[in-house]
Amino acid sequence: MKGGQTLRQAGLALGLPAALLATWWIASSGSANFYFPPLQTIAQTFVEVWVSPRLLDDVVPSLARLAAGYFGAVVLGLLIGIPIGLSRALRNTLEPVLEFLRAIPPPALVPILILFAGIGDTMKTLVIVSGCIWPVLLNTVEGVRGRDEVLEDVTRCYRIRGFARLWHFVIPSASPQMFTGLRQALSIGIILMVISEMFAASNGLGFAIIQFERSFAVAEMWTGIIMLGLIGIGLAQVFRLVERRMLAWYHGLRQSQRAGG
Amino acid sequence: MGDSQRRSDAGFRAKNLAWMQASIGLIGFAAVLELAPQLGLVSPRYLPPFSVIAAALANELQQANFWAALAFTMRSWAIGLTISVLAGASLGILIGSSAWLQAVTRSTIEFLRPIPSVALIPVAILLFGTTLQSNLVLVIYASFWQVLVQVLSGVQDVDPVARETAQSYRFGHWALIRHVIWPTTLPYLMTGIRLAASVALILAITAELTIGTPGLGRELSLAQSGGAVAVMYAYLIVMGLIGVLVNVAARGLERSIMPWHPSLRSEQPV
Repeated sequence: MKGGQTLRQAGLALGLPAALLATWWIASSGSANFYFPPLQTIAQTFVEVWVSPRLLDDVVPSLARLAAGYFGAVVLGLLIGIPIGLSRALRNTLEPVLEFLRAIPPPALVPILILFAGIGDTMKTLVIVSGCIWPVLLNTVEGVRGRDEVLEDVTRCYRIRGFARLWHFVIPSASPQMFTGLRQALSIGIILMVISEMFAASNGLGFAIIQFERSFAVAEMWTGIIMLGLIGIGLAQVFRLVERRMLAWYHGLRQSQRAGG
Repeated sequence: MGDSQRRSDAGFRAKNLAWMQASIGLIGFAAVLELAPQLGLVSPRYLPPFSVIAAALANELQQANFWAALAFTMRSWAIGLTISVLAGASLGILIGSSAWLQAVTRSTIEFLRPIPSVALIPVAILLFGTTLQSNLVLVIYASFWQVLVQVLSGVQDVDPVARETAQSYRFGHWALIRHVIWPTTLPYLMTGIRLAASVALILAITAELTIGTPGLGRELSLAQSGGAVAVMYAYLIVMGLIGVLVNVAARGLERSIMPWHPSLRSEQPV
């Protein structure tokens, strides 16, 4: 019984992707269209292109810059966001400026940051920081602002102040919203990782894909796109695991609230 | 009565204070932009004083090609957003109203959504070159998922009791969608539209920057290659202002379409 159910679930999860892949495979099998080579060719090229030193030369530097920029943005966003969330005056003063800065499309900052930091790793990391910081910052502000008033009074009654209040009350109560920001920041970070490498780079995934496109190496270009997709999916999965672990208390709370209500 | 009078007075004063603080923030921001290069904290070659940027902006506003670029960007934004909202909403309701379809499509949606839309840039270049279609490919791919995912979680939020009640009154398929599913989904759809509206703008400008389709993004990269730093900042300001306007307009739309909805939903339920 149980085995049958798992099998059914696996069938539901894998059925459509398998059907789509099969359609792509069959529809493109005899393809003479230059831009849409047969999937079989792409699959073979994928192994040739990515199971090679290129994995170290292009994928690893990209991911390293993404990690540096992302974590930099997270630290900055939390450090700036928490005080803004705690103070109404600060919030009122800074809100219009932050709304404006957030609304600037992050890729448009690439040309500006090239002025300041050249075209090296610093620029690419800065681009990622400058785009990822907004969702983290604004969601932190919202999360800290929306903390429970009753608990706030409780901390005051028990004279829980300073760091203890921050660590045991403010940060936990803001963390669900913070994680929303962290997730948005991750997908923006991946986009910026690629964009910054398309402008000026000597290695990286974005650089490789553009290079393939410029030399009309279409099958290789498709493998790059697939690689990028796989990285996006993989990182989203990792994020989900981390979130589920760190917010286990919150999901449990929601579930019991739903069951009770 | 005296009490309510006092309360509205206090509310008025708080609002006044908030306005004052907001203007202080904006003026302070402009002052920092003006003084940092003037005092030599940043080289004016990298960050011209605010007054110089403002002059460059005023000059751009008189150029015909600025307005053409703006029109192009906004056209690809509007067309792309419309297509993704229509497609996302109808597919979302279709998938959401059948448990079987939901189960079948879940893994595919989870799989396709995190694929970064910029991965499609080379395909767009090869297929469409520097045309409007290139912009649309990126805009639609990025904003479609925002709408679809919100609508799907909206459909899941439908009260099971309301659904069963409708079924015992023998609501037809359409009546069920119209009177039970749609009202619950609408707030989620609006959230999706608001998110999609800003994502669509970002992707339109990204496409122009990287592909070179003739919009604001290309004007920015032209200014860059011409070394016109003040003009680059002028374009950033324009883009930021459009972004703010898009956000404000989306919130206004939300408020005018759903005055009955008690809270403006947070973007949480993704």
